[in-house]
Amino acid sequence: MLSKLARTASRSRVQQNLLLPSILLPQQPFQSSAVTSQQAAPAEDHIEVKVNGSPVQIPKGSTVMQACDAAGIDIPRFCYHPKLSIAGNCRMCLVEVEKSPKPVASCAMPAAPNMNIKTDTDLVKKAREGVMEFLLINHPLDCPICDQGGECDLQEQSMHFGSDRSRFTEMKRSVHDKNLGPLVKTVMTRCIHCTRCVRFATEVAGVQDLGMVGRGKDSEIGTYIDKLLTSELSGNVIDLCPVGALTSKPAAFTYRNWELKNTETIDVSDAQGTNTRVDSRGVEVMRILPRLNEDVNEEWLSDKGRFQYDGLKQQRLNVPLVKGPDGAFAPKRWPEALEAVAQGLQGIAGNEMRAIAGKLSDAESMVALKDLMNKLGCGNLTSEGGFPDLDADVRSNYVANTTIRGIEGADVILLIGTNPRIEAPVYNARIRKTWLEGTQIGLVGPEYDLTYPYTHLGEGPDALAAMLGGSDFFQKLQEAQHPAVVLGPGILSRPDRDTILQQVHELVEKAGVVKEDWNGYNILHDAASRVAALDLGFLPSARAQSAPKPKFVYLLGSDDYSEEDIPEDAFVVYQGTHGDRGAPRANVILPAAAYVEKEGTFVNFEGRTQRTKAAVPMVGDSREDWRIIRAVSEVVGRPLPYDTTDGVQKRLADVAPHLGKVDAVESPIWLNGEYNKAFAERAAKAAEAFQQPFSSSIKEFFMTDAISRSSQVMARCIQSRKTGHPKSATHPGAFGQDAAAHAAADM
Amino acid sequence: MLRSSAWKLCRVGQKSLQRQLEACSVTTRAAVFVGADYPSTGRGFAANSHDVFGQHRDEKGNTISTPFDFTDANYDAVADILLRYPSNYKQSACIPLLDLAQQQNNGHLTLAAMRRVAMLLDMPEIRVYEVATFYTMFNRSPVGRYHVMVCGTTPCQIQGSDGIYEAISNHLGLHYGQTSPDGLFTLSEMECMGACVNAPMIAIADYSNGVEGYSYKYFEDLTPADAVEIVKRYKDGEKPEMGSRYRSKAEPAGAVMNGKWTPAQKTMPTLTEAPPGPFCRDLGEMPAPEQPKA
Ligand code: SF4
Ligand code: FES
Ligand code: FES
Repeated sequence: MLSKLARTASRSRVQQNLLLPSILLPQQPFQSSAVTSQQAAPAEDHIEVKVNGSPVQIPKGSTVMQACDAAGIDIPRFCYHPKLSIAGNCRMCLVEVEKSPKPVASCAMPAAPNMNIKTDTDLVKKAREGVMEFLLINHPLDCPICDQGGECDLQEQSMHFGSDRSRFTEMKRSVHDKNLGPLVKTVMTRCIHCTRCVRFATEVAGVQDLGMVGRGKDSEIGTYIDKLLTSELSGNVIDLCPVGALTSKPAAFTYRNWELKNTETIDVSDAQGTNTRVDSRGVEVMRILPRLNEDVNEEWLSDKGRFQYDGLKQQRLNVPLVKGPDGAFAPKRWPEALEAVAQGLQGIAGNEMRAIAGKLSDAESMVALKDLMNKLGCGNLTSEGGFPDLDADVRSNYVANTTIRGIEGADVILLIGTNPRIEAPVYNARIRKTWLEGTQIGLVGPEYDLTYPYTHLGEGPDALAAMLGGSDFFQKLQEAQHPAVVLGPGILSRPDRDTILQQVHELVEKAGVVKEDWNGYNILHDAASRVAALDLGFLPSARAQSAPKPKFVYLLGSDDYSEEDIPEDAFVVYQGTHGDRGAPRANVILPAAAYVEKEGTFVNFEGRTQRTKAAVPMVGDSREDWRIIRAVSEVVGRPLPYDTTDGVQKRLADVAPHLGKVDAVESPIWLNGEYNKAFAERAAKAAEAFQQPFSSSIKEFFMTDAISRSSQVMARCIQSRKTGHPKSATHPGAFGQDAAAHAAADM
Repeated sequence: MLRSSAWKLCRVGQKSLQRQLEACSVTTRAAVFVGADYPSTGRGFAANSHDVFGQHRDEKGNTISTPFDFTDANYDAVADILLRYPSNYKQSACIPLLDLAQQQNNGHLTLAAMRRVAMLLDMPEIRVYEVATFYTMFNRSPVGRYHVMVCGTTPCQIQGSDGIYEAISNHLGLHYGQTSPDGLFTLSEMECMGACVNAPMIAIADYSNGVEGYSYKYFEDLTPADAVEIVKRYKDGEKPEMGSRYRSKAEPAGAVMNGKWTPAQKTMPTLTEAPPGPFCRDLGEMPAPEQPKA
C-alpha cells in the first residue's frame, strides 16, 4: 500500500518535470511525509507546522516547500528539483511565514516547529507576481515558435501569476546561443537562470562543463569556450530545463507536444531497462522521454536511448526478401518467403543448424526460436556477444545481485573490466551518487574517465591476482560492511573467462562480498536481450560442441555475430529490423518489428522483467518476431503449441517463472561454497589467464546495435566527439608536458 | 498613434545600439559592423565596459593554444598564496591567483591563464571561468598599460563624475571601453569602488611593470583638472601618489563641488551635528493610523 502510494506520488512529480503543468497536479515530493502526515500520530522525528491554518506533520529537516506539499498545497517553482541540490535562485516559490519580515523562498527554508506558513495571502500573490514580472522582463515571449510551448513551466505559471500587459519599455537583452553539440539545442534568451542544467551536469552527470558566466543582467548559462557537452546523459537537461532554453536538437520544430500519443514502455539500447515514454504522432516516433522509476533509472535516460529513434526510420526491412540465384534480393510475399526458409531447411540434420539471437531480441522470440530449434533437433543456440559456454544454471552468476538501487548501499565498490559510463550510463550515475555519499571505488581495467575518481588497481588479470594476495584495496573490501564487485560484460567474452571468474569468486569469498543480508556480486550486461537469453537457456547444448559445421543458420536480429559462426556455404535466414550487417549475408530476410512497435519482454541486468509496448504500427509487411517464428514452425511442419501473445508469455513463465512477473526483481539464491568449487574445477581445465588487459565490451557508445547504427543523430554524435566541437577539442601546446612538470615541481 | 509608438521603439533601439557600440573596443566594434558572428550582447553600460562578451572568442594572442605559465618568481608567490588556505580548500586561492596572473600578463587574463589557475587548484575550468567573468576587476581582453577606471555610481555622479569622464575622455581621445593607439591607456567605467565619501574618484591600475611594479591606486576628491593631471603624470612615467587630493583621509574638510574643491563652511553638514534640512517630510510627524484591511 505504502509503496503504491509512493509510486503514484512520484509519478506525478516526474510528470510535472517532464510534461504536465505542475500547477495542475497534486505534489508530494517526499512520499514518506505525505503518507505519514495523513496517518496522524506525530512521531518523535516529526514536527508539526501549520499550512494555511491546518496542521501537518513532517519529518524533521524538511523544507517549507515539503511541508506545503505534504499539506497538499501546490507551490510554483522553477529551480527546485528533487534530484538536485537546492539553489533557491528563482524565487518563484515565495510564501509567507508568520513573524518573518518578508516572504521566504520555501524550497530553501527549513521548516521549524510550529511555523505558521501561509500560501494564499495577498502578499504571497503579489510577491509571486513580482517575480514572474521580473522573469519575463528578458524572456523573449516567443512561445509560438518555441518547442517547449504547451509543456513549459514558465508559460503555465505565467497563466497564474503573469500580467496581461507589460510595464517594461527597455530593450530586452540578447544572448548568444551556445552550441552544445548535436543533441541539445539552445535558445539562451529564454533562459531564466534556474541553474538546473548546471546542477545536473555537475552533480549527476559529473561533467563540469556548464556554468553560469558573467553576472547580473549579463549572466549567461554556457561553457565559456565553445565546447561539446561530453556526457552520455546530456539529453536529460532538456527535461530539466523548465523553459524552452534547452530543447532537443534532432526533434526541433517537428512536433507540438499536444499532438503526441504517449506510450509507456522501456528502453532497450542498453541492459538497464530504463523506463521510457515513447511519444509518437501517427506512425512516427517523435521523441523518447524517461519515466520515473526510482528502482531502475530514477529520472534519467541515456543519450542513446533518447535520441537513437531516428534509426527506426532508416534502413528498415519492410518486405520479406529472398536471394535469387543471381545473388540479388527480390521482394516476396510472406508465404513465398516462408517457403524459401522451409526449402533452405530441407535435408539438413538438426545438428547442422545454428541459431544466433541478437542484442535486441525479446524473450518471446527467443523462447519461440529455442522451442522451434529444439523441435528440429538442434541445440546449437548462441546469443550474440560471445560466452557460449557460460554457466547459466545459477542465476546469481550472471545478474547484478545487489540490484541497481541496492548499489547505493555499498560502501566499497570494485569495478572489474568494465566502463559503466558507456555500458550503462544511468547505472554509472548511480555509482557516482554513491561516490558522492562517500563510497570508495576501485577499478581493475584500463583507465577510463568515469566521471568520479577511483583507485586504479591495474589493467588486467595480474592485478586481480595481486589483489588476492592482499592489497590495501582488498583490505578495504574486507573491512567494508557492504562491499560490492561489478564485473563488466567484456570479461564474459574473454577466452580466459573461467579463470578470471574463478579468481573473482575467490575474491568474493575471501572479502566476504556475499553476506547474510547482502549480496555484492554484480555482473553488468550491455545488451537488452542478454539476461533473458541466459534465463531461458538460449545457450548451446552439451552436444553442440561436437556438432559439425552448420549448414543452416538462423539469425534472430543478430548483426554482431562472429564471422566463424557462419560458414561460407551455409543457408542463412535473417530475421530482423534493419538492413545492417546480418541482412546482406542472408539468403532469406524476414522483416520484424522493432521494440517500439511490439510488446516484448526484456530482463534488465539486475534481473527485472519488464515489457515494451507498441507505440507505433509496424513498418510495411514486418511482423512481431515470435509470430514469424511461429509461422516458420508451421511451414516446416513442426508447429509450436502457442499462437497468442498470452500463450507465448505463458510458455515464458513455464520456462523461467520470473519472466511472468513483470516489474519485479526475483532475488536469486547464492550457492556460495558449491559455486566456488565448481569454478575451481572448471578453471583447472580452462586456459591460463592471458595477461592482456581487460577491456570494455563497447567500443563506441553511440553505435552498439542495428538501430543506433542506422541513426544519423548517433553518427553526428560520434562525429562531433571525434572532431571535438568547433575548434577546441585538442589543446595543443598550452599544457605541454614540461609546463605541467614545471608546475608540479614548483608546488 | 501606432506609428509614433513604433518610432519610439526604433529610437530606443538605436540609442541602445549606440551605447553598445560605445562600449565595444575598437576591434570588436569593427566586428559588429562587419557583422558576421559577433552578435552584440545587449550590454548597455557594463561594469567593465571593455569586456564585451561573456564568452571566449579566439583572438590573436588568446586562443586555446596560446601558452601561459607563471614565471619562477611568481611561482614563489603562488606557493605563498596557497599557504594561506587549508590544502583541502585550495580553490579559495582562485581569486588571488587570477589576480597574480593578470598582473603578470599585462593586465588581462587569457584563456590559458585561467586554465593554468584551474590546473594549479584542481578546479574544473568552468568554475574558474565563472569567477573570472563574474568579477569586473578581471579583464578578459587586452588593456592598456594603465587602466583608468572612472566611478560612475550615484554618489560619484552627484559629485561630478560626468565631468571627470569628460575631461579624461577629451584628454585621451577615448570613450569608455577604448584603448589608446599607443597602448598606454584604457578607459573604463566602474561601479562604486567604495570610496564614495571622497567622491568623485577614479582608480588606475598600473600594469607597466609586471607583478613587481603593479599598483592599483585610488585617486579621490578629484576635479576634472586633477584627473587630467594624474593621467598626464602617468603618461610621463611618474607614479602619482594615491588618495585624496585635498584632505588626508575622509575628515569633514570639504568636498568637490561643481568641479572645484570647496573647503568646509560652517553650514556644511557633518555627521557630528544634526542635519540642517530641508527634509523630504516632517520626521516629527506621527505616522498615519494603519488602514484596516478591506
Ligand atoms: S538553460 Fe534552462 S535549465 Fe539551464 S539555467 Fe536556463 S532555464 Fe534553467
Ligand atoms: S523553487 Fe524556490 S527559489 Fe526556485
Ligand atoms: S560611488 Fe564612486 S566610489 Fe562609491
